[in-house]
Amino acid sequence: MMKNTFNKQLESVKLRLLKMHYNSNCGHLGGNFSCIDALMTLHHLVMRPADRFILSKGHSAGALYVTLWSLGKLNDLDLDTFSKDNTFLPGHPCGTGIPGLLFSTGSLGHGPSLAAGLALAAKYQKSGRQIYCLCSDGEWQEGSCWEALAFSVHHKLNNLTIIIDQNGLQGFGSTEEVISCGDLTPRISSFGVHVQCVYGHNSSGIKKLLENKSSEKPNILILDTVKGKGLHFEGKMESHYLPLSEEQYHTVISKINEDREL
Amino acid sequence: MRNAFATTVVSQCNKDDYFFLTGDLGFMALEEIEVAFGDRFVNAGVAEQNMIGVAAGLAREGFTVFAYSIAPFCYARPFEQIRNDICLGELSVCLVGNGGGYAYGHMGPTHHALEDCAVMNALGVRVLVPAFDEDIPAMLGDLTSPTYLRLGYDERPKNTEMPEYASWRQVLSGELGALVALGPLAGVAWQALMNVPVCERPSVWAVTEFYGNEIPEEFWAQVEGKKLFVIEEHVASGGLGMHVALAMAGLGIHLSNFSHHHALGYPTGRFGSQAFHRAQCGLDVDGIIAMILGNNK
Repeated sequence: MMKNTFNKQLESVKLRLLKMHYNSNCGHLGGNFSCIDALMTLHHLVMRPADRFILSKGHSAGALYVTLWSLGKLNDLDLDTFSKDNTFLPGHPCGTGIPGLLFSTGSLGHGPSLAAGLALAAKYQKSGRQIYCLCSDGEWQEGSCWEALAFSVHHKLNNLTIIIDQNGLQGFGSTEEVISCGDLTPRISSFGVHVQCVYGHNSSGIKKLLENKSSEKPNILILDTVKGKGLHFEGKMESHYLPLSEEQYHTVISKINEDREL
Repeated sequence: MRNAFATTVVSQCNKDDYFFLTGDLGFMALEEIEVAFGDRFVNAGVAEQNMIGVAAGLAREGFTVFAYSIAPFCYARPFEQIRNDICLGELSVCLVGNGGGYAYGHMGPTHHALEDCAVMNALGVRVLVPAFDEDIPAMLGDLTSPTYLRLGYDERPKNTEMPEYASWRQVLSGELGALVALGPLAGVAWQALMNVPVCERPSVWAVTEFYGNEIPEEFWAQVEGKKLFVIEEHVASGGLGMHVALAMAGLGIHLSNFSHHHALGYPTGRFGSQAFHRAQCGLDVDGIIAMILGNNK
């Protein structure tokens, strides 16, 4: 895909994400906008059809749904039902009924183990399949993540890539304030995995490191991101929960459209 | 029962589409599975949440997966992984909990499994409680949905003939209504009542699966207007007794008496062997006989 084409697609996806959340009066925009660049890069520029993806940070379901929409796997009518009655697109994704989704996620700390199971299966089956899992940074306060990491290292799951959206904010404070862990890199590195870090809002940088895999170890890509990137509450706690007001919605849409015309 | 289980897994399930995970347990029991399964046998370490998540991942790719541990570490510690990762996806994972009820006796209350059947049934997991070693081959024949296998000890009296496997089956005849026992307690009840005259004892039924399957007509015919005794090494809430009572109410069955002996937790605050705890709950031979005689008065 040409770079300009991808960038335009990324802009339209962000607009669709905003519209979808605004129509449903749904929050969690901060975490969606900190990972949407990586999600789009992964799905459009890196993953092959047989590869697997798990959204461990299920509260970014909206970003995944619009990414699937951009791939033609969901349509506008589907997205219009997001987080409403009788939808198959709830606020945290369900593992049945959504193309490409394998598990129901939302409770944090499940994805790395599920991904390890998929990776172990792929190695046993010699399928050549790559497994990707997107986590939040606060999620690594769940002990199960570290269980999965140790398991993956022991079994040399080099077909596994865990991407961590390190935006530094969690539900009720910053990761530094809550648990004295602003940067996960040293802790995760100590487990013996292949760790890389990159700015999380630059597609070419993300793509380059996603393709630079270890041949022996599980891969961890830590994204330095900004929660609510590009929105009025960028980098603020409010971006974790609050939906957009009418005024905020129209302001941000106008800003994005102005930027596109420049 | 562990050895019968291991032998059955090797003879029936040693196929390319089966994996066996253990949470670092099974010393002197699972070695034959480890040898037979090779790369498909994985010691996932002391990390049960991860073990269940890995099991779900493997099952999602088409494998049938055993996940083995001491019972409470298997169903209680990774409860949310069972609920979200296995049950919501209806995946073919068989949780194997060794030591149902008070079976780990002296090891203390952290190692006992007294509410496991209720908890797993509530999630829609198929719960299997083998009464005898011979039940296991039939149980492992269909593992296409989330399953919990509660292993204990085969306590059948020596030199007795085993009826053909069914989830509800009579193992001893009697004329004083019926006694229903969950899993291995059927062997204990069999032992307790086999020398009591037929006219003074209830029939003994071994139940190995009590939720989602039909209770046979023959059983209801035996208890209508008569006495029903239920014994289970499990708390009353969500257990076999409650299930039978609900089914009975739905069918309008009338009894002359209903007695229920079940796990009581730790009523004296003291701990001991499985036999010690069973005796406290009236689940040993003496308690069962007293239960029957008490209702004869």
